[in-house]
Amino acid sequence: MKKEVKNEKAKKYGMVIDLDKCTGCGACMVACMSENNVPFKEDESNKLDSIAWMRVYKLTNGKPFPEADICYLPRPCMHCEGHNGHAPCVSVCPATATDYNHETGIVSQIYTRCFGCRYCMVACPYHARYFNWWDPVWPEGMEKYLNPDVSPRMRGVVEKCSFCFHRYQTAMNKAYVEGRRKLEEDEYQTSCAQACPADAITFGDLNDPAHAVHQIAKPDLKHGGRSSNPNAFRLLERLGTNPKVYYLSSREWVRRAGDNYLKKDKTVKKLH
Amino acid sequence: MDSALMSRGVKRCPTWQFILWLCLFGGVLLWGVYAILLIWLKGLNQTNMNDNYGFALWIWADLGVIALGGGAFFTGFLKYVVGKDDLKNIINYAVIIGFICYSSALLILAIDVGQPLRSWFIFWHANVHSMLTEVAFCLSCYFAVLTIEFIPLILENRQIDKVPFFHNLSHNMHKVMAVFAATGAFLSFFHQGSLGGTPSVLFGRPFSYREGLLIWPWTFFLFTWSAAAYGPCFTLFVTRITEKVTKKKLVKQNTIDLLAKISGWMIATYIIAKIIDTWYWATVTAPSKGFAFMDFYSNNPLYGIWILVLEIVVCGIVPAIILLTPKGRNNSVALFIAVTLGCIGVLLNRWVMVLQVVAMPVMTFDKWVMYIPSWQEVATTILPVAYGIIVLMITYRYLPIFPQEQELNPNP
Repeated sequence: MKKEVKNEKAKKYGMVIDLDKCTGCGACMVACMSENNVPFKEDESNKLDSIAWMRVYKLTNGKPFPEADICYLPRPCMHCEGHNGHAPCVSVCPATATDYNHETGIVSQIYTRCFGCRYCMVACPYHARYFNWWDPVWPEGMEKYLNPDVSPRMRGVVEKCSFCFHRYQTAMNKAYVEGRRKLEEDEYQTSCAQACPADAITFGDLNDPAHAVHQIAKPDLKHGGRSSNPNAFRLLERLGTNPKVYYLSSREWVRRAGDNYLKKDKTVKKLH
Repeated sequence: MDSALMSRGVKRCPTWQFILWLCLFGGVLLWGVYAILLIWLKGLNQTNMNDNYGFALWIWADLGVIALGGGAFFTGFLKYVVGKDDLKNIINYAVIIGFICYSSALLILAIDVGQPLRSWFIFWHANVHSMLTEVAFCLSCYFAVLTIEFIPLILENRQIDKVPFFHNLSHNMHKVMAVFAATGAFLSFFHQGSLGGTPSVLFGRPFSYREGLLIWPWTFFLFTWSAAAYGPCFTLFVTRITEKVTKKKLVKQNTIDLLAKISGWMIATYIIAKIIDTWYWATVTAPSKGFAFMDFYSNNPLYGIWILVLEIVVCGIVPAIILLTPKGRNNSVALFIAVTLGCIGVLLNRWVMVLQVVAMPVMTFDKWVMYIPSWQEVATTILPVAYGIIVLMITYRYLPIFPQEQELNPNP
């Protein structure tokens, strides 16, 4: 058993979202909210102060008919690795309430340690971090339907997508009981990946060649995890955030929407 | 009625007038206190902050008052470490202004966090990589230093000074004040710098991100420099207002002239460094992230290129020229305009480094988001102004702040 642990390669959980498949149905958002006890308000119309760990953006190519085109882009937390685990949010948190787990590549959020300074929210260019402006209030009876594996958050702290980390813990517990240290691909899946009816979301270990995410994203570890797949891109790759969520699209304008370019620039793949 | 508490040989307004003004500013202060209680009891939903504006009016106010309060550490540094003895005539006021600014900053921080009772986590679970951790440590320590610098002043009150213990304590504290001034300058270098680093280490925010030296972005040094440059402007600004209100000359012109001249040199050199920093950021750093310079100043209703011109030219180059010329310094109107512009300039710099950073979209499909603070945010930001005025009123009335006051205003 000891030998097995020693030789175990660190995991790097990540996601590939096929934007050509995404229909913008929002099932991933609903599944995420339900799975993670994400609080909501009576009136959710103001998206600037309502919480959605997984948020679906609607992108347009800005062209008139008949060339008009749209794309839906689901945006979870990118679980950035930055440079050697220095994710934008992790390095700034003054109370170490958010941490980069080098064993899984998951960026955690410790709700009971967060004191609500919101520096991490300012640091995150993806708006993936949300503040609890209110205490969570559940409609009568709904508290019975809360997920017992996920602690609800209190007013005044920041929260975000955890890649359903509680599922990882449950799967690892089961594996330990069965004398294993390694998880099968389907043993740990996020709720959004499972809920997507179009099968647009693939989740797994980017370091494991047997996992679908590795095969699709083809991360080039020598170049900061950049994908070798010509249709794959990551959001704001040029900032050096080194995210672990990859997007796929056969459409050039969608890939270009993933990052900022000067007018004279080609896409990022051609830049490097 | 309270003349026994005042220093001998100085004239103060009648007690009724003093109390009337105290009540007026006390009312404003209570309005702020009411807003604080609302925020503490009901939470930050009382503000107009949102998930885009995690940092907003309060953080700007924090950075602003800390920059303006920089006059305390820099004047102390000049007097006690560099040996500019003439500044002894204004150092007391600089310390009091600094004390007001820093205590205000700490108060604002206490209401700005979502879980105020957990504020101590910043010390207990300190993340050494975070600029805010450094800010918290240095800010707290420097506030302690400012308090130590303030205490001997309080002990010089006519009645307190009669107690031999307090008289001796005050005397001995004055003797070792150079040590505290040097410590204060050291601590200020780090917390002013860390506040500069706070937006500039954010590599996910191309508007504020800066490269730098080792672990410190260039703004680390620029913020310290600008606080040392513009802090004395605020000291001179408040001194001038005090002179206007009291209708007295309180500090001799040679002291004002010296501080204004040093401030002028600091502003001039700071502005040169700021222009180089802006140039490098606009032509190298931002384009490497895919941003053209004008991306930061277009497609929104507020943040245009005017803001950069106002900060660098109107509130930087202009006051520097005025303060560097003897004619400008000796003309009281020109001097007042220069120090006012200086204060506006540093506040503007802190505004863009907080508010414009979060207003600007980074993802291509995001939009600029504007923000108007709630009345609770405004009230709690005005509170320190009222609190500051009250502290200045009380200290001016009962403490011998200006050593030259009697000489400049002999009683008839």
